[in-house]
Amino acid sequence: MTYRRTGTKHYTLTRKFSRLVLLLSLSLTLLAACRPQRDHQGYTDAEVIENKGSDTLVNLALAWAEKYMEENPQVRISVTGGGSGTGIAAMINGTVDIANASRAMKQEEIEAARANGITPVEFTVARDAIAIVVHPSNPVERLTLQQISDIYTGKIVNWAQVGGEDRPIVLLSRESNSGTYLYFLEHVIRLGDPESDLLFSPETLLMPSSEGISAEIRQNPNAIGYDGLGYVTPDQKLVAVARDPYSPYVLPSIETVNDGSYPISRPLYMYTAGEPQGEIKRYIEWILSEGQAIVPELGFVPLK
Amino acid sequence: MEERHRRVNVDNVPPRLGEFIIESLIKVAGFSSIGFVVLIFLFLLREGIPVFFEVEPANLFSTRWYPTFGLFGTLPLISGSVLVTLSAIIIALPLGVATAVFVREVAPNWVREILKPLIEVLAGIPSVVLGFFGMTLLAPLVRKALGMPTGLTAFTGALVLAYMALPTIISVAEDALDAVPKSYRDAGLAVGATQWQTIWRVVVPAARSGIVTAVMLGMGRAIGETMAVMMVTGNAARMPLTIDSLFRPVRTMTATIAAEMGEVAAGSVHYHALFGIGIILFLLTFTINLTAAATIFKKRRRGGLR
Repeated sequence: MTYRRTGTKHYTLTRKFSRLVLLLSLSLTLLAACRPQRDHQGYTDAEVIENKGSDTLVNLALAWAEKYMEENPQVRISVTGGGSGTGIAAMINGTVDIANASRAMKQEEIEAARANGITPVEFTVARDAIAIVVHPSNPVERLTLQQISDIYTGKIVNWAQVGGEDRPIVLLSRESNSGTYLYFLEHVIRLGDPESDLLFSPETLLMPSSEGISAEIRQNPNAIGYDGLGYVTPDQKLVAVARDPYSPYVLPSIETVNDGSYPISRPLYMYTAGEPQGEIKRYIEWILSEGQAIVPELGFVPLK
Repeated sequence: MEERHRRVNVDNVPPRLGEFIIESLIKVAGFSSIGFVVLIFLFLLREGIPVFFEVEPANLFSTRWYPTFGLFGTLPLISGSVLVTLSAIIIALPLGVATAVFVREVAPNWVREILKPLIEVLAGIPSVVLGFFGMTLLAPLVRKALGMPTGLTAFTGALVLAYMALPTIISVAEDALDAVPKSYRDAGLAVGATQWQTIWRVVVPAARSGIVTAVMLGMGRAIGETMAVMMVTGNAARMPLTIDSLFRPVRTMTATIAAEMGEVAAGSVHYHALFGIGIILFLLTFTINLTAAATIFKKRRRGGLR
């Protein structure tokens, strides 16, 4: 009898214990579920702005955030990269306040946002020029857009065809859905013609990072690459570009992008979910005015 | 009865509860790891299966991978992965087995004591470090030595991957050699065979199934490797059909997923296509691991040569 009673006691103990575990895990889940909201509303002394997206923009966005937080210590801005698509998706899902993008939002993304009850608002925050780079020993100084297009579609395969040495051309590109890739394809390879269906040659090496491009350019005299002007290191040689054979050849610089003479430049965007309010609004207004002063320091081109 | 009751009450109940807690924790941990694998697989299927309906098979198995323009040909990616992995194993197999034989059969004890931990350290080098090494040092060397237009080739990737698969191959092959009974060696030497003949004709064949497992595991490691491969193979989605393809850039499945997932619009066809590649990759590694497991199983049934 007594033995059996102990058994029951043991049983109730474990029952109690498992209930406790259940309760604990439930409350933990609830706590975890509450957390994101708390981050936004629980801070009384600091406003938090989440900023995420394009890797092209990430350094600039960081510089802006640091400067702004220096001037406005009550605001905390967190900046992460990950890509334009990642940032826009996060903005649509409501996990970030501002999405950085080096391309305009796609139709399917705008629809996804609408489906979530969000109307994205677009701000052009700076300009980026795409520079054509080659190995410093490459004698080729200048190319027309048409020549660059022919090189990247595989029509021109030897540097001798554009006035260089007799060497094969190795094509370098950014990854296939970085904003830089799309911009380069539409405005250089397809020469801005929306009817064109030209594509990068399948021989094109797609590099996962700007560092990948600069490392290969530095060591390979056969290579040609393109990247944002802000990411071109001094040990790569810039090529002067002309719209057509009759136009002047122009090297990319802040001046030539701003006066419109350099042919390959693009706008960079920030997106907010709906018209920005409060601190986010003040931050974006600051970026569009005073914030522009630090844009040239990062190799981008400020808005006029 | 009374004594038994006391014993139960004083000694057994508190430990039983403690035991129960620990047991259930271990159970939860054990089952959750299985659960996570199943959940990951289900997630992979949920995200990847749609692509097989959204994209026609003719497109999906064509040779052009331009995902931003609706061309989802996965053949260059599959063949790229296979080319790089197989070449890596062809390089790593003789090196790995030779090292294992040296460490286990030839080297004196003190050398073995130094070599074994060093090989373990080799396994701990982060792949991004190897990738950077391959990109900045190996690629220029390959380009100059072979006179190819670029050093970012399938071959460079295979070299880096071989290096990464080596620790796995060496450790597993060494274990296999270790499990060959001493009597085999004694018998070999007793009939007048030299040490080399004993190793090559007796010990290595006896450990064959273990060595096959080593290679399979190394291959599994190599085909799933991402970062290093992405940094050194050039990632050009071309079909490796010509003879010199090994010395040309290729694009692997893993590199494609890693490079494109960051920028893809969630829920788009391209997103599903990347998960579709994930399914193909999963099936490939699953087959390889299954083959390795089958070899181990066969070997166990035959009576325990590891």
